[in-house]
Amino acid sequence: MQRRSTALLAGLLTLTLSATTACSGGSGGDSDAKTLTVAYQKFGTFIQMDDLMNKVKGEYEAAHQGWTVKLVPIEASENDYYTKLTLMNRSPNTAPDILYEDTFLVNTDIQAGFLAPLDDYLGKWADWSQFTDASKAAAKGLDGKIYGVPMGTDTRALWYNKDLFAKAGLPVPWQPKTWDEVLSAARTIKQKLPGVIPMNVFSGKGAGEAASMQGFEMLLYGTADTLYDESSKKWLVNTPGFLDSLNFIKTVYGEKLGPEVQDALDPNFGTRLNSELIPENKIAIDLNGSWQSGNWIETGAKPWPEWSKVLGQAPMPTQNGQAPGSTSMSGGWVLSVGSHAEDKQAAFDYVSLALNKENSLAYDIAAGQIAERKDVAEDPKYLNSNPTLRFFTDLVQVTHFRPAYPEYPRVSNAIQVAMEAVMTGQATPEQAMATYGDEVKAAVGPDKVSG
Amino acid sequence: MTATTPTLPPAVRGDTSAPRRDRGRGLRRLVPLLPALVLLALFFAGPMLWSVYTAFTDAALSGSGAVEFVGLANFDRMLHDPAFWNSILLTLIFVVGSAVIGQNTLGLLLALLMRGRNRVTRNVVNGLVLAAWAVPETVAGFCWYAFLHRTGTLNELLQHVGLSQNWLYTAPMVAVIFANVWRGTAFSMLVYDAALSDVPPELMEAASIDGASGWQKLRYVTLPLIRRSIVSNLMLITLQTLAAFGLIFVMTGGGPGNASQTTPLYMYEQSFKFYELSYGTAMALVLLVVGALFSAIYLRLIRLED
Repeated sequence: MQRRSTALLAGLLTLTLSATTACSGGSGGDSDAKTLTVAYQKFGTFIQMDDLMNKVKGEYEAAHQGWTVKLVPIEASENDYYTKLTLMNRSPNTAPDILYEDTFLVNTDIQAGFLAPLDDYLGKWADWSQFTDASKAAAKGLDGKIYGVPMGTDTRALWYNKDLFAKAGLPVPWQPKTWDEVLSAARTIKQKLPGVIPMNVFSGKGAGEAASMQGFEMLLYGTADTLYDESSKKWLVNTPGFLDSLNFIKTVYGEKLGPEVQDALDPNFGTRLNSELIPENKIAIDLNGSWQSGNWIETGAKPWPEWSKVLGQAPMPTQNGQAPGSTSMSGGWVLSVGSHAEDKQAAFDYVSLALNKENSLAYDIAAGQIAERKDVAEDPKYLNSNPTLRFFTDLVQVTHFRPAYPEYPRVSNAIQVAMEAVMTGQATPEQAMATYGDEVKAAVGPDKVSG
Repeated sequence: MTATTPTLPPAVRGDTSAPRRDRGRGLRRLVPLLPALVLLALFFAGPMLWSVYTAFTDAALSGSGAVEFVGLANFDRMLHDPAFWNSILLTLIFVVGSAVIGQNTLGLLLALLMRGRNRVTRNVVNGLVLAAWAVPETVAGFCWYAFLHRTGTLNELLQHVGLSQNWLYTAPMVAVIFANVWRGTAFSMLVYDAALSDVPPELMEAASIDGASGWQKLRYVTLPLIRRSIVSNLMLITLQTLAAFGLIFVMTGGGPGNASQTTPLYMYEQSFKFYELSYGTAMALVLLVVGALFSAIYLRLIRLED
């Protein structure tokens, strides 16, 4: 009897154990060398990547007999996508062979050992010469190797409402040369058109990364200073440019040239801006991204066919109009090969197929991306797809990228905190800048900070 | 649990040594529990032990791959992190305001008021209070967001008095405390309702005959009799409120600034936005200690054994 119970015990134990291992290790495994796993984001209105991946899966399987492509669309908003992808990457069992990566996380993920260098494969790929130099550098690691093939980028500039400008007696087309000209246009709007919000500059923690990138960095990179010095490999704090940028924020919110502070700090303000304020002519100037029109096209979240007639675009000027006259910030996404991929050549073949001319062209048009392949950028189909494309593509000449280091998310948060302290009047720009310096030192270590 | 299994005489079992027999019986009894135990160990104890371990390392979600043991560095950093102390203070305000004072008192009050009312009143009140409890956390959070927002219902009502403002901006902590009281009072009410029905009516009668006022009856008869329920209710709602995340996240996201960033929200930010998993798990341990402290205080204030 006792022996029987022992046997029963052993049996149950093996049963439970095998059941649990089966559910923990089953998904996404690449134990079969003939399978490629592709992880990417699919969320809300962002379905263009899913369309592309499905198309490429068909093409790849037809061309490579015996191979299966397993698509893993991750349904999550941007921040959650990063987290989920990272969690997948942490175990070789679940790590995808091909992944859709935000350029600003590339260095973090290289350091974690998630990505494979692609130089050997790129050297043999004729199309690689079609990519612009700036885009080739977008996924370059600190070791100088390249870890991703760019899919498309974006730029940022001033959007303005031509009808409101005409009503306020301002010139159309508008081309401000300095920050002061931007502010004086906003002041004119405030004076002539009560009830209209003169200008939106994202600011504070509620807006998140939009505040850091569309807001603060669009200002800072138009001064003589930057966030990070590539040559000394140090973060820069206490710079005159940083202070001037905070003062710009102070002027916008202090003189009530922007939205009400309590509205601007609402995490849902961005949605309200695009679905309500801009289409209803309630805001005159908006410092925002090249993808904005995607909200208002027929398939967008808030169709507004008049957008291309009502809205104009102007480059964001540098602080005092110094060369090159205007500035912009760029992000962008790449396709990378996972370091755990068993057959890296096969994974790269998939990447190169997904980003050949035809597929890049279709994707850039559908997703409102700025092309990073020269042959796509010159294609009439691409140029005619959106009236603002040429304008935003030209800004690539003056654009900047965020410092793509693991500490960036913390630094970005410190920027948002400083902006918020200034816009609410809790701190003077000088005090906020000092706090920022302390925050950055705590985040990256004092030896990696200068100033 | 101990005396329920029928025991066979030793002769029938053909077993002679007594200790071995006992052990065999003990093992046999464990068999049906095994699947549950294994699952608990894997999915409950496992992650808990892992998070205790992680709290003493520098594990990150991404970035440098090597995980090193750093001893108490995470806790030392907490000591010097003003944002952490701010979050602990806000958590205490949130727990005391919404659970200890709000849900607990309001739940008791409702349960007392409902004593001896007719069925219709009881059913209507019960239904309303329970409805708030049954609503999913995210939905409740969004309802309150819509209610308190600048163009929300409350401000439409207050417009005429000139008090309209974005309450989530001007008074974020008050807003989330109100929302949590609204949502969680049903639980306390149910606990106290059950406890009050156990108070023997003879005692209340005797107290009335002795000339005790309503307040005296509550203070000297009812409360001492239901003190066990008070302690368990306080402990349960405190632990629930300490870990509250969804409601605050939906309503204010911890903002403006960090004006409503309680420790669970700060933990989330550190672990999943800044990728510092180890710092987040270290805070979870501290939160565990805070919960234990609360329990100890309750047990001390309300002596269970007299």
